[in-house]
Amino acid sequence: MLWIDCPWCGARPETEYRYGGEAHIARPDPAATDDAGWADYLFMRTNPKGVHAERWMHREGCRRWFNVLRSTVNNEVLAVYPMGAPRPDVPGGEAEGG
Amino acid sequence: MNCRLESGGRIDRTQRLRFAFNGRRYRGFAGDTLASALIANGVHLTSRSFKYHRPRGILTAGAEEPSALVQLGEGARTEPNLRATQVELHDGLVAAGVNAWPSASCDLAAWTGRLAPLFPAGFYYKTFLWPASFWKAVYEPAIRRMAGLGRAPEEPDPDIYDRMNVHCDVLVVGGGPAGLGAALAAGETGARVLLVDEQPALGGALQGLRHRVDGMDGAEWAQAAAARLAAMPEVQVLTRTTLFGYYDHNTLAALERRTDHLGPDAPAHLTRQRLWTVKARRVVLATGAHERPLVFADNDRPGVMLASAAQRYVNHFAALPGRLPVLFTNNDDAYEVAHDIVAAGGKVLAVVDCRPEPAAPLAATLKEAGVALYTGAVIAATHGTRRVQAVTVAALGEDGGLGGGRWRIGCDSVLVSGGWNPAVHLFCQSAGRLTFEEARGIFLPGEATQALEVAGAAAGSFGLAACLADGAAAGARAAHAAGFGDGRAPPAPPSDAPEPGAIAPFWLAPGLKPVGHGKAKHMVDHQDDVTAADIRLAAREGFRSVEHVKRYTTVGMGTDQGKTANVNGLAILADALGKSVPEVGFTTYRPPYTPVTFGALAGRDRGALMDPVRRTAMHEWHEAAGAVFEPVGQWHRPWWYPRRGEDKHAAVARECRAVRAAVGVLDASTLGKIDIRGPDAATLLDRLYTNAFSTLKVGRVRYGLMCGDDGMVFDDGTTARLAEDHYLMTTTTGNAAHVLEWLEEWVQTEWPELRVWCTSVTEQWATLALAGPKARDVLAAVAPGLALDADSFPFMSVREGTVAGVGARVFRISFTGELSFEINVPWHHGRHVWEALMEAGAAHGITPYGTEAMHVLRAERGFIIVGQETDGTTTPQDLGMDWIVSKKKADFLGKRAWIREDNKRADRKQLVGILTDDPKVVLAEGAQLVDRPGRPPVPMIGHVTSSYMSPAVGRSIALALVKGGRARLGEAVHANQAKKFVRCTIAEPVFYDPEGGKRDG
Repeated sequence: MLWIDCPWCGARPETEYRYGGEAHIARPDPAATDDAGWADYLFMRTNPKGVHAERWMHREGCRRWFNVLRSTVNNEVLAVYPMGAPRPDVPGGEAEGG
Repeated sequence: MNCRLESGGRIDRTQRLRFAFNGRRYRGFAGDTLASALIANGVHLTSRSFKYHRPRGILTAGAEEPSALVQLGEGARTEPNLRATQVELHDGLVAAGVNAWPSASCDLAAWTGRLAPLFPAGFYYKTFLWPASFWKAVYEPAIRRMAGLGRAPEEPDPDIYDRMNVHCDVLVVGGGPAGLGAALAAGETGARVLLVDEQPALGGALQGLRHRVDGMDGAEWAQAAAARLAAMPEVQVLTRTTLFGYYDHNTLAALERRTDHLGPDAPAHLTRQRLWTVKARRVVLATGAHERPLVFADNDRPGVMLASAAQRYVNHFAALPGRLPVLFTNNDDAYEVAHDIVAAGGKVLAVVDCRPEPAAPLAATLKEAGVALYTGAVIAATHGTRRVQAVTVAALGEDGGLGGGRWRIGCDSVLVSGGWNPAVHLFCQSAGRLTFEEARGIFLPGEATQALEVAGAAAGSFGLAACLADGAAAGARAAHAAGFGDGRAPPAPPSDAPEPGAIAPFWLAPGLKPVGHGKAKHMVDHQDDVTAADIRLAAREGFRSVEHVKRYTTVGMGTDQGKTANVNGLAILADALGKSVPEVGFTTYRPPYTPVTFGALAGRDRGALMDPVRRTAMHEWHEAAGAVFEPVGQWHRPWWYPRRGEDKHAAVARECRAVRAAVGVLDASTLGKIDIRGPDAATLLDRLYTNAFSTLKVGRVRYGLMCGDDGMVFDDGTTARLAEDHYLMTTTTGNAAHVLEWLEEWVQTEWPELRVWCTSVTEQWATLALAGPKARDVLAAVAPGLALDADSFPFMSVREGTVAGVGARVFRISFTGELSFEINVPWHHGRHVWEALMEAGAAHGITPYGTEAMHVLRAERGFIIVGQETDGTTTPQDLGMDWIVSKKKADFLGKRAWIREDNKRADRKQLVGILTDDPKVVLAEGAQLVDRPGRPPVPMIGHVTSSYMSPAVGRSIALALVKGGRARLGEAVHANQAKKFVRCTIAEPVFYDPEGGKRDG
């Protein structure tokens, strides 16, 4: 069971949250995106061994979305930061593979 | 045969207990386990093995037991596959060995042992392949009957279970010398400490030993330590509690057995077991070690037992494993077992040591006591049927095979020691890496992934002094890391135990015939009946990966997860492959460490408490009216209201006719309602819906379709504009929470600049759908202040007013095609207004109708239900709902996807109506449609999504998704129905009032 620091409510168990998939995937301008680009936006996600930026929402609490950096190797939560903020630098933050 | 010692042990001889095993009556003492009581009664044969039905006995004295599995208790409380070594004895206990028919001593299925050549490794995969139809009909049932372990109870579980959550600074797993040292050291710092141990009393391995700690008997020292811990206010000790799972972020799970040891005397108010979830800052794993069996010919006969288990039975339970034991070892420490047996007044016939020149300090003492010593020798065979009666000792030759020299020794038990395996199960579960140490042939905890320490024998420190010191140091370290104390270990108590002795890893003793030849079995996995020959066969057949060999041979796949088998199995595989053990690798351990009851996992979440039930404000009225309820998500909605003598069909038909002819009322309170406010509310809705809502006038209502950015429909509903900056959205019942999260996700993550707030008001407003040509008359009677004529209150508009004396929002929308008013009132007034409508409508024959009638009525009008006519691959265009897709809006969710080639295909599945040639035939929902009946394979062209008998149309009707269906109106298709084909015609998906003239009444 992961324990995640909600920026508003503090450390809470995973069961209170909803996972929202990879972070920093902006919705592209539909008029300027071809089919392949749209498919990329909809379906293609990285699958790193290492640090993964992902979205979480505190569903059973404040219901706010935020971003998390998590190591997919040991599930350590390396950073929690607000929606819209840039991905912070963390030691060993470069993921392998993709 | 009475094998109880006259004195000694830690059993309570003042409390005699009666019990029954395999149909015979025995006596034991309080403090016994089932296994120790059986041994004291001279019983070793407990059960039969899984595959060959070989007689099996008690191998161990603890959680690692692979073979003495019992069915405990009777009736609703019976429990299968419990380890006799962990079952505490109580008066009146009834148990039987598993997998024996009719009994363990006379098992009719033992013929499988004689057919053993037919059951090699992977025999499931080889033997039962052909013919395929035989698998389900013949092989599987037969195998299940033969191979099943215990029996599951057939009655509901009468006991209560509970779930607990606890946070601590330091969790110590294991209450042996290392764990006690860790808990004391951590507890002294003031840290909040939780100590968990599976035994009834603390002490762990100390209970099996005769060594002294701090000047007192080891077990007494453990009790003194327990008393010190009990006096520390921040320390909690859980005994009879197995920590079985180590999960992410130092979250662990433990099973506490609270009443199992009390038997029928258990107080009824106590929960039977508790499932503990522990969140720990630091964890100290002091889980000890399991002794490793030696693998030799017919090493699974009852009477063959681990040496340390024998030591525990003698020292702790005052029970001799046999009157005439032979000890077989590869290490010095096992000599202490022989020494303890002799010291307790027992006899040891011989020590067989596979090492050529052992230098065990105790060897000389044993010789003086008359114990024969065979060095450079192995047990090459055991003899006997239901219990070992003799062994053949043979000298080892230079080449590792047998040399000259054979000695047959009559005996009644064989005590074996192959060294120790650190109990790294929880460490593995925590995602820690193992390393292999060649010298002792053991896997050790390596790099940890989580915040933990490993102490004592679990870390490979096998000596008692080392365990005590190691534990204290780990406890102090863990507390310091959690913010308590300075991290320096307190001095460890002294002990008189010697340093651990020498060991020479030894994996497979040669038999009288080559391994795999003859009848003898070199058993590696006692629970799954996997032999050394099976593992070698797998290697010969080309299996290289340890993971594949595990699954092919099933080694380590029993309920014991191979605690006694895995390392031996790996070493034998490595030898067969000509590799080193670390090169072969290690299969991982997974939770649970020992099996966990379903009752404990379910806790209180069973029966009515399994899932919350949501009821509307009118629920009791519906119940009183005899409604049949339909679960919709967590809601219970009236399905239909049968009158006396009516079946479902008759009741639904009557309700439908009432709505079409006069008036009906539906409890629609469960529809999702979301209040949307803010200056950018209109912008948000424009982006989320396929049609425009910024153009909607205040006081008006619009139906909308919601799609994902993949272009697929995922919800629909009506939305009213209550003010410039205020909308009320409705969603489908089952999707309400999802739609709210959908709105919030877009507002928070993609468009944070929008000033808009979304709030669920589903449970703030009770909703009553009044439908039918007489609806206006009924509403007028209870809402005299509302102008209800079609000009003042047009279709698709909303009015606020007073209904039955209650402030209400009334929506003129229709899901039936009839004149309809959806009346929303504050939730707690719902029942009052419902009853007022029933009273006012009585003269018109007002009829409450349920969800089934609602479905029929909407299908007659061709209205879709999301999730029934759609399946996540359905676009608005597929539904023939282009009319609701905005051509003007530059962008909204879903729009981009529709210009993909795939979404423009002419042969996409499209919504159509289906009329059976025989109007009395109602198709099954989900029925597949084909162009022409014929022998399979037949191309499927679509499926039926909704199907009903329609009272208004006077025949059956159906909706379906059919490939290119819109272009095929009037063509014939065939539906598969009960293995026959039903001829149908594709039609428009509107069956009733296609002009929509009825909606104004």
